[in-house]
Amino acid sequence: MTPPLLEIDNLHTFFYTDNGVARSVDGVSLHVDAGETVGVVGESGCGKSVTALSILRLIRPPGRIEAGSAIRFEGKDLLTLDDKAIRQVRGNRIAMVFQEPMTALNPVFTVGDQIAEVARIHAGMSKRDAMAKAIEMLRLVGIPAPEQRAYEYPHQLSGGMRQRVVIAMALVMNPALVIADEPTTALDVTIQAQILELLADLTRRLGTSILLITHDLGVVAENCSRVVVMYAGEVVEEATTPDLFAHPHHPYTEGLLGAMPKVGGTAERLATIPGTVPPPTVWPAGCRFRERCAYAWDRCATEHPPLYQIAEGHVSRCHLAAEPERRAHPHQPIAAQPGVTAA
Amino acid sequence: MRRYLAARLLQALGVVIFVTTFAFVMIHLAPGDPIAAALARPNITDAMRQEWRTAYGLDRPVGEQYVRWVANTARGNLGFSFSHRRPVRDVFADALPNTLLLSGLGLVLSFAIGIVVGVVQAERPGSGRDRWLGRVLLVLYSVPDFWLALVILMVFAYRLPLFPPGGMTDAVMYEYLSPGGKLLDRARHLVLPVMTLAILTAAGVARFQRGALLAVLPSDWMRTALAKGLSWRAAVARHAFRNALLPVITLFGLAVPAFATGAIFVEKVFSWPGMGLVVVNAIAARDYPLVTAGVMLLSVLVAACALLADLAVAAADPRIRLG
Repeated sequence: MTPPLLEIDNLHTFFYTDNGVARSVDGVSLHVDAGETVGVVGESGCGKSVTALSILRLIRPPGRIEAGSAIRFEGKDLLTLDDKAIRQVRGNRIAMVFQEPMTALNPVFTVGDQIAEVARIHAGMSKRDAMAKAIEMLRLVGIPAPEQRAYEYPHQLSGGMRQRVVIAMALVMNPALVIADEPTTALDVTIQAQILELLADLTRRLGTSILLITHDLGVVAENCSRVVVMYAGEVVEEATTPDLFAHPHHPYTEGLLGAMPKVGGTAERLATIPGTVPPPTVWPAGCRFRERCAYAWDRCATEHPPLYQIAEGHVSRCHLAAEPERRAHPHQPIAAQPGVTAA
Repeated sequence: MRRYLAARLLQALGVVIFVTTFAFVMIHLAPGDPIAAALARPNITDAMRQEWRTAYGLDRPVGEQYVRWVANTARGNLGFSFSHRRPVRDVFADALPNTLLLSGLGLVLSFAIGIVVGVVQAERPGSGRDRWLGRVLLVLYSVPDFWLALVILMVFAYRLPLFPPGGMTDAVMYEYLSPGGKLLDRARHLVLPVMTLAILTAAGVARFQRGALLAVLPSDWMRTALAKGLSWRAAVARHAFRNALLPVITLFGLAVPAFATGAIFVEKVFSWPGMGLVVVNAIAARDYPLVTAGVMLLSVLVAACALLADLAVAAADPRIRLG
């Protein structure tokens, strides 16, 4: 069996803030195989973006990737590489597509310039060749009149166009892995589908793997073969996409699926998960989802659940795996009870 | 763009007119007049003074004098200096190049030093070198200009006589020097005043540049630049620097006129025959034509530099240039 393309092993990324140590990513392990698209879902503050940034070591102080973490990629541990070696991975073997295409592009350089920069850094191309490459990339991502657009500035392009530019920038060196951090969140709904289609089409043709960070389960259902659900700095469930949608195990995943609108659904209001994610400086002992969970019992308050094997390729961080009979008796979550205000 | 330019020119013109009118009125309202100040000798009687006042039209209402001054100025006639006893134009023709030389060098040098120091600091914020440079800059920034000028004079002209203490050229030897020697002599006279100006302004520029750079470092596009594989240093030098330069260009535009006037103390301490010295002495002498013309020249300088700075920012920032 070949090792996975990317293997994150027990990643801890902490932020040393004035309010204490924020354990934003607290022991995350996941992998991406060659040619595979893996989704990472969770609500804001669950650590999914920090995980994405940790892979390329783009965490800035006061953030720090803790000892004991490992991120293996193409036979190297990215966390032990020296500065020069990690720079040769960035933008070359692993590229990133960021959330907000307006702010992700430098306002004072032309888009062609910014795409060409990647080719100049990694392929050592001349200014002229790199610009030709940039125009070719713009054509590839479906930007009309690329010879002209290449000399325009980010503010002259629409949001969708800008995100195409960001994707073009990511694919210049034909990387093995693209990390897309909420690539469509800032875009209009109609543009979202186009951008995701473009990303999926190009990476399929080029054989690129994608790690797709999102809070949108709809995006996951359409694009990913496997899903990792994160909550409070941890992986709480992982399964193939069909398996997760058909048989969610963790109550948090259940809640996320319940909060999705369904075509032809009859519910007047979408279900919500009561309460909010606790702050990362004070993760509760035991199960971190306990206060928002409809099944929580005393064991959840004291014993931090491990990742239980549910089925082939399906794991869940919930004690229900050990005591499945409790699923028959849901109750009001603590966070939804009168007198408890959301933290 | 053309519309914008026209509007800005009109605005600049308004500023110049307002400032010169204000200066004209204020200097005329101040007690005393050029005749009283320039001719305070005992053998001159009040009757004689009154005669001169009438001859120069100084007994007319301020409004009338103003109209005549505007009419003359519009014809390119800046008037006759009472204290120098020569046309104002000639006084400026002598003084302005001296100030431009001193201030121009000081300005260029101070921004060059300030920008470099600011970038060096901001590249590693909170590091030892950032903190130490910050302390030094704060001291220099707080020091009064005349005091620093005197200290520099004392150290480099008196205790350690490396450079001449003042003037533009050597009073005795200059005429006998070869062309190369003359150039060297002028350069030696420039060192101390330029150094004083450069140190003072560089401290402010560096603090500004550091702040401007720190403000853009957390930008998303900096993260993008790093994710592309640029080193931190290259990302700062290429991506952040270009963005952080925009406010510094504006500062440069504002600093030019400040230099024209701010050099007054430095010109005084180093006896540098420039504009600052001329205008200050003119105020004391109530030399109306010289004061108003000097103020007008400075306000034109201020307005023109502010306009040029805005245009420079527009040229450097595609968001403004291309709307």
